[in-house]
Amino acid sequence: MNAASFIPLLLALVLSPLLLGVINRTKALFAGRRGPPLLQTYFDLWKLLQKGAVYSRTTTWLFRAGPMLGLAAVLVAATLVPLGNFPALIAFPADFFFFACLLGLMRFFTVLAALDTGSSFEGMGASREVFFSALAEPALLVALATLARQAQNLSLSGIFGQVSGSHWLQAGPVLALVLIALMIVLLAENARIPVDDPNTHLELTMIHEVMVLDHGGPDFAFILYGAALKLWVLAALVVGMIVPATGAPWLNLVLSMGGMFAVAIVVGVVESVMARLRLLLLPQLLVGAGALAAMAFLLGLNK
Amino acid sequence: MIATNLILVLVVLTNLKLLGSSRIGSSIRVVAAQGVVLGLLPVVAHVHDLSLRFAVLAVGTVAIKGIVFPWFLFRAVREADVAREVEPYVGYVTSLLSGVVILAISFWMCMRLPMPETLASSWLAPVAIFSIFAGLFLIVSRKRALSQVLGFLVLENGVYTFGVGLAPQSSLLVEAGVLLDVFVAVFVMGITIFHINREFDHINTDQLNTLKD
Amino acid sequence: MILALVLLPMLAGLVAFGLPTPVLRRGLLVGTALVHAMLTATFWKITPATALNGWLALDAAGLLFLSITSGLFFVASIYAAGYLGQEANRHNTDPEEGLLFDNAPEAVFIGCMLLFLAAMTLVTVSQHFGLIWVAIEGTTLASAPLIYYHRHHRSLEATWKYLLICSVGIALALLANFFLGVAAAHPDRESYPIVLSQLVAHAQDLQTPWLKVACLLFFVGYGTKMGLAPMHTWLPDAHSEAPSVVSALLSGAVLNCAFLGLLRMQQVCVAANLELFTRDVWIALGLVSLVVSAVFIIGQTDYKRLLAYSSVENMGIMAIGIGLGTVGAFGAMLHAVNHSLVKAMLFLLAGNIVARYQTKNILQVRGLLRAAPVTGVLWVAGFLAITGTPPFGPFMSKFTILKAALDGGHIWITTIFLAMLGVIFIGMTTAFLGMAQGEAEKLAVSASNRDRWWQIIPPAALGVLVLWLGLNVPAKLGDVLHQIASTLGGPS
Repeated sequence: MNAASFIPLLLALVLSPLLLGVINRTKALFAGRRGPPLLQTYFDLWKLLQKGAVYSRTTTWLFRAGPMLGLAAVLVAATLVPLGNFPALIAFPADFFFFACLLGLMRFFTVLAALDTGSSFEGMGASREVFFSALAEPALLVALATLARQAQNLSLSGIFGQVSGSHWLQAGPVLALVLIALMIVLLAENARIPVDDPNTHLELTMIHEVMVLDHGGPDFAFILYGAALKLWVLAALVVGMIVPATGAPWLNLVLSMGGMFAVAIVVGVVESVMARLRLLLLPQLLVGAGALAAMAFLLGLNK
Repeated sequence: MIATNLILVLVVLTNLKLLGSSRIGSSIRVVAAQGVVLGLLPVVAHVHDLSLRFAVLAVGTVAIKGIVFPWFLFRAVREADVAREVEPYVGYVTSLLSGVVILAISFWMCMRLPMPETLASSWLAPVAIFSIFAGLFLIVSRKRALSQVLGFLVLENGVYTFGVGLAPQSSLLVEAGVLLDVFVAVFVMGITIFHINREFDHINTDQLNTLKD
Repeated sequence: MILALVLLPMLAGLVAFGLPTPVLRRGLLVGTALVHAMLTATFWKITPATALNGWLALDAAGLLFLSITSGLFFVASIYAAGYLGQEANRHNTDPEEGLLFDNAPEAVFIGCMLLFLAAMTLVTVSQHFGLIWVAIEGTTLASAPLIYYHRHHRSLEATWKYLLICSVGIALALLANFFLGVAAAHPDRESYPIVLSQLVAHAQDLQTPWLKVACLLFFVGYGTKMGLAPMHTWLPDAHSEAPSVVSALLSGAVLNCAFLGLLRMQQVCVAANLELFTRDVWIALGLVSLVVSAVFIIGQTDYKRLLAYSSVENMGIMAIGIGLGTVGAFGAMLHAVNHSLVKAMLFLLAGNIVARYQTKNILQVRGLLRAAPVTGVLWVAGFLAITGTPPFGPFMSKFTILKAALDGGHIWITTIFLAMLGVIFIGMTTAFLGMAQGEAEKLAVSASNRDRWWQIIPPAALGVLVLWLGLNVPAKLGDVLHQIASTLGGPS
């Protein structure tokens, strides 16, 4: 744990709301509007922290604790993810499994807080969210397991520290499949189109939005910041696969950050050109992502 | 080897898409794409000892599987006026998961058989066996006669993949014979589907159950 | 010469699609069948030269099955010519459900029959496994339109099942061919082509795991076409819905062709010392076929389906014979000849009965001996023959197989074999004798009350042959049978 390993964490903490701004800007440009400023999310966070919050009488301490616990989980997850050539702050064998579990924990606390309100509306959203995440989680785990096998290393920092151009040449199809699977998981976990529309507030179409509907003020700030961090860490996984880890460290870092914003732009483009899939087709999409990841794993076994 | 691997990955992806898809029109296109991709396989796999035989075979396969079959099957679709599969015996998500399980089993099986040295890629045998099983799965689990014909085509594609990769010594006569047989088989099946539609006004094979003991 | 044997029916079939008048077409059918039969007869005297670089050659097994096919086709063609004449005049009402239907165009029927003959000939003369496969698939495709001659929904259903099940089976057999090719390959030397003689000669060099998997796939693939249970499910439907002359050919010739494909595989396995491996599969499939057919013969209400299940039973008997070593293989070969003759005769007679009584239901046919004496007598004779009663041929062949089983000490196999034969005998007795005896209440719709000559002579000829074979197996035939059995045998 040297000073260099703080850099990925610092960048995550500081720059993750910017990703949300980039996505919104891209969508606006596609629609022909000027769109909100890139730093809008920071202003929103500042505004929310200043506000007070109203709590319903039916809620308990879970409701108040949920957002904080979720944020704590994703912060720990952020310490596990490397960026560029810099290893993560915490690294140990099989930490990718721990990473997936932390994301699951974050979702768990959000769901608990939503169920705590006692409203059927939140219950519906919670059940949908948990269902789709249950389908997406195997895809994430198998994809990471494939990468671990390819890199012969069980730690996230080790895996992404090894990916290089020669890997792509040798095992191109395997890595390509893992990339597609991870992108679909990213879209699913962050409640993006085609899995969920972040801008909708219609009862029949909301999945993730439902659960955070009742939070306000600082709680909502925590949730918003947590969402930004989650997007950052998953995008870091995707970027880590694409940007080779060899070469000068600072060049790598700049390329990786460029890659993060590229991923944000891609998400924005996908959100602009596609409509959300029918709820009945979402399991097929997520199982398809899982199937791609499993296929990559099996193909990678035979090398 | 990279190109061969790419082709094999595309074959697996097309099979998974077929297992999970309910729309017959898109399924026909996917099977046609699979046929075209596999038609290029002999040329790619034997790029070192390329001969006229492989080129002729590739052109013939691409022409028949990529052009003639889709044209014919789309005619059958128009006649029968079907756009989607009816509720199959095994649901689409379960089919997709079964496909992944079958892929795992194929890989396991091929680890137990001694592979010849001249293999163009180590993925060839598992992908071929996967296609065979996926084709059988489609035939068994789908109700529309057209889907069963597509399953048969996938089955034949799997057998063909195996033949191209592992037995390059079979002569042009036999391979041309195989192609001809597949062509005539699909032709006869298509005509039968046309008659089934005219006779029954549907092409659901689960309702063909008059003959029994 | 061999090439001519294959090309003649193929060209004739293609020509038949274009001939204008029915008389010309039927004449072409019978004429081609006659020439084909005569050529085959000469091959018994003079062995023809090999063609296509050794890929086409006539060995003992090929000669036997070619003769069966050719002879059966000739007899059936005479019946078919008369049958088509009758069908052209009739008003087509389905006897079971009373619906009106069309027949397929006669040109299609005759063309497909001739192409069918060409494909079956190719199966018998091929020595290359790939070519055998192409030919067997060819028989499937040529016979599908034949099954769909009467155009109504039941025959359509039967055709679809036939097409799909047989095509899937044959696709697996293609995979088996490729596996065989891999077994014959080797990194150090040139791989052998999958020609029978080459494989038998170098059998010790074949890679055993691949050969074993190829054998299993051949059993599934060609076994489907042969009608071994549990892959037989297309058989009863196809054989009962097709016109009787087509059923006769399907039961008598095509099942044998698939059997020949399996025999070629067995010859390679025997040479490669894998008989113990294949023996178990043969016997298992044979016993399952016997049990399944026995279950479905008891209480059967459709006599053509009854005959179809009887075909399954006899295929099972032949499979058991092959699994029992050299003596059993001799019995199985003899049974192949006997069964083809008897089953073809029975199906042609069934055609007579359908034409006369307009029903396929056993319970609605009564008094055959009184209404149509010749058909009735032949029907009862056929029943006695197929169940293995002396002095008809099948008695000898079944007895030989039974003897092989007892000599080898396979008590369980013998017990099950005899028990199932007994059950089948009971089932068939109630059906056949019930149809033959009694008063003739429901009489024919046909103009004359007597059977035509083309309805009597072909089955009678076959019946006489079966009787003769039962009394005395000619020396030449016996030699050929011994020759085949020696290549198939293993431990007795």
